Amino acid sequence: MSEALRAQLALLPAYLTAHLQLTLTALLLGTAISVPAGLWVTRRPVAERLVLGVASLLQTIPSLALLAIMVPALAALGRATTTSLGFGVPSIGFLPALIGLTLYSILPILRNTVAGVAGVDPAIVEAARAVGMTDRQRLRLVELPLALPVIVAGIRTSTVWVVGLATLSTPVGAPSLGNYIFSGLQTRNLAAVLVGCAAAAALALLLDGLVHALEVGVRSGRRALVVTAAAALAALALYATATLAGGALGRGPRPISIGSKTFTEQYILSAIVAGRLGAASGAAAEIVPSLGSTVAFDALRNGTIDCYVDYTGTIWATVMHRTDVPAERGAVLAEVTRYLREHDGITVASALGFENAYALVMRDDRAGAIRRISDLTARAPSLTIASDYEFFSRPEWAALSRAYGLRFAAQRSMDPSLMYEAVAAGDVDVASAFSTDGRIAAFALRVLEDDRSAIPPYDAIILAGPRLARDEPRALAALATLSGTIDAASMRRMNAAVDREGRSPDAVAGDFLAGLGGAR
Amino acid sequence: MIDLRQLTKRYGDRVVVDAVSLTVARGELLVLLGGSGSGKTTTLKMINRLIEPSAGHVRIDGADVASMAPYELRRRVGYAFQQIGLFPHLTIAQNVGITPRLLGWSIDRIDRRVDELLELVELDPATFRDRRPTELSGGQQQRVGVARALAAEPAVLLFDEPFGALDPLTRDRLQQSLRAIRARLAVTIVFVTHDMVEALLLGDRIAVMRDGHLVQIGTPAELLRAPAGEYVAQLMETPLRHGRTVEALARGEAAATR
Repeated sequence: MSEALRAQLALLPAYLTAHLQLTLTALLLGTAISVPAGLWVTRRPVAERLVLGVASLLQTIPSLALLAIMVPALAALGRATTTSLGFGVPSIGFLPALIGLTLYSILPILRNTVAGVAGVDPAIVEAARAVGMTDRQRLRLVELPLALPVIVAGIRTSTVWVVGLATLSTPVGAPSLGNYIFSGLQTRNLAAVLVGCAAAAALALLLDGLVHALEVGVRSGRRALVVTAAAALAALALYATATLAGGALGRGPRPISIGSKTFTEQYILSAIVAGRLGAASGAAAEIVPSLGSTVAFDALRNGTIDCYVDYTGTIWATVMHRTDVPAERGAVLAEVTRYLREHDGITVASALGFENAYALVMRDDRAGAIRRISDLTARAPSLTIASDYEFFSRPEWAALSRAYGLRFAAQRSMDPSLMYEAVAAGDVDVASAFSTDGRIAAFALRVLEDDRSAIPPYDAIILAGPRLARDEPRALAALATLSGTIDAASMRRMNAAVDREGRSPDAVAGDFLAGLGGAR
Repeated sequence: MIDLRQLTKRYGDRVVVDAVSLTVARGELLVLLGGSGSGKTTTLKMINRLIEPSAGHVRIDGADVASMAPYELRRRVGYAFQQIGLFPHLTIAQNVGITPRLLGWSIDRIDRRVDELLELVELDPATFRDRRPTELSGGQQQRVGVARALAAEPAVLLFDEPFGALDPLTRDRLQQSLRAIRARLAVTIVFVTHDMVEALLLGDRIAVMRDGHLVQIGTPAELLRAPAGEYVAQLMETPLRHGRTVEALARGEAAATR
C-alpha cells in the first residue's frame, strides 16, 4: 500500500463516523417526518397537492445551495434566539448539514408513501370499509402494510441520495467523506478522492442493503433476517448517536478551531497556523477544512471557528462592501483591521506578508500585444474568460469590469484547479488567477497589469474571533509571531509543491514551520 | 327486516337512484335485478352506507342506519362483491376472522368461528386456514369472501354480483352452496345481479330496476306471469327462450329458433 493511501485511510474512521452520523440522523428524521405526513395527506387532496408541491420545490434547489442557504438562515435564527431567549444556534457544522439533508430526504419517502397508499387496489379498500374498519384501522391494518414495499423503496432512494449528498456537508463545516473529495480535488490528491468516493459508495450500498433486507424480512416473515438487519441498523445508529452525544458532552477544554477555505493555499496556511499554535502555546488545535468563503467569515463571527486566513481585499469588497480602491496596501489593511474590530469584534492577529490578489492571466501567445487590462477592453468581446465559482458574483468583478468596460464573449465558472489548465490549453483565453498560485509560473502565463488599480490589495491576514482574543492571549501572541514570515515567492513555492509536485499540505506546512525554527 | 323509503342518490344533476321504496322481510332473499346503470349496485351500497344517500331512509329492524356510525353498521351487515377484495397480506383465517377481530371477539371464539365457516363454504379448514388468498382459485376465493361476510353472524347480507366473474360450473356450485347456507342460517339477503337465471333461481322475490327506478317487485312466478310492462316482459322472456332452445337441442331438433 502506498504511503499516500495509508495516510488517507488513517483519516477514514473520523470521516466515516461523521458521515454516518449525518446520514443516519437525516434519514431517521426524514422518515419520521415524511411517512406520517404522507399518510396524513392521503385522504386530503388539497393538502396532498400542497405538501408534495413544497417537497418537490425543495428538491429543485441545487443540493449544495440548499446546504449553504442553511448557514445564513441559521445565523439569522441564532441572532433572534440570542436576543429573545439568551442562547444561540450554531450556524455552521452539523446542524445546517443535517437540516439540508433532512429536507432532501423528504421527497422520495413522502411521494412513495402517498403513491403506495393510493396504489392499494380499490377493491381491497372497499372490502376494508365493508368489513367495518374505521379510517384509522383501514390505514393501519390494510393500506400501510400493503404500501410498505413502496414506502421502503422511497426510503432506499433517500438513503442512497443522502449518503451521496452528505459529502456536500464539508463546505458548511460538517466533516464528512466530502473532506476527502473537496481537499483531494484541490490539492490533486487522487488517493484522497478515491478513498472518499469508494467509502461513500460502500456506505450507500451497505445502508441500502440493510434497509432492503429489513423489508424482505418483514414481507416474507423471516424473523432471523429481520432481527439481523434491524440489529445492524440499530448498532450503526447507536454508534453514530453515542459518538455524537459523546462529542457534545465529553468535550472537555474546547480545542482552538481553525477554518480553511477550499483551495490549496488555505489548506497549507491552516496547517501552518495549527502547527504554530500547538508549538507556541501548547493549545490543542483542530482544522475545519473546506469551508465556503462567506461561510468561513460567518463561522468566525459567531464563534464556531476561532481563526482562519482571509485576504484584505475580500473583506474590503464582500464584508465592508467598499468599491473604492486606495492605492496603498497598508491603508486597506489598517482600514480592514479597524472595521473588523469595531463591527465584529474580530482581531487581525497578523499579516503574513504576502498578497494573494485576483489577477487576470493569459497565455503568452494568445495575449500578443495585450500587457495591461486596459489593452483587453477592445478585444474582450471576442474572448472567453474562466474563473472560480465566486469571482463573477463578487464585487471585485463588478468593479473590474466597470473600470475597464470589459464585456467578454463568454464567462465560464469552473473549479479553480481546472482554470489554469483551461487557459494553458487554450480552451479559454483569459482566467482570473490567484497571484500566489504556482501554476502561473508553471504554465508561463502572463499576468496583466491592473493599470487602473481596480483590484484592491489582498494581504493575507489571520483573523481571530472574539473568544480567542479574550480567552487565549498566548494563542493570539503565537499567531502574531507569523507576521511577515511568508513572502509571495515562498507562498507560490509552497502552493506549487502541493499542486505540481503532489506533496501534502501538511508536509509542506511542516517544512515551513521547521524552517521557522526557534523564531518564537 | 330492511326498509328502504324514498331512497335517492344524485351526482350533481344526474339521478342514479330515484326514490326507491321497498321492504325485505326477515329471512327473505331479495334480488335487485337490472342492467348496467340501472342503479341496483348504488341502491345496495346505500344500505351499508358505502355510498351515502342524497335523500330517503334505510331502516334495519326499525333503526335508521344514518343514526349509527358507518363502521358499526358495517360490522353488523355482511358484504360480498364481485371483486372479492380479500386482503392479500393476511391468511385465509385472518381474512375470514377480520370483522370478529374488529368486534373484539376472543381468539378462541374467532378460531372456532373461522373453522365453522370454512366448512360451511366447503373449504377444508386444515388445508386452507393458513394459506394466502393468491394461492386460491377464483371460486375458492369467493367462498372465502362469502365466509368473511358471514363471520360476525350478521342478520343482513349484501351481495353485489358475487358470482359474476366465475365460470358457469363454479358459479352453479356456489349458488347451490348459498342455498344450503340459507337453509341453515336465517339471514336476510339483498342480492344484486344482472343475470336473469340467477335471479330466478335464487330470489324469493325480485325487484327489477331500470334507470334508477324500481320497475316491478314480486316473486319469480309473479314476474313471469304478470310482467309490469314491456321491459320486464322482455327480461323474463330471455331465459325462457334460452331454455326452450336448449331443450330442443337436447332432443336433437334443428336449432332454427336459436
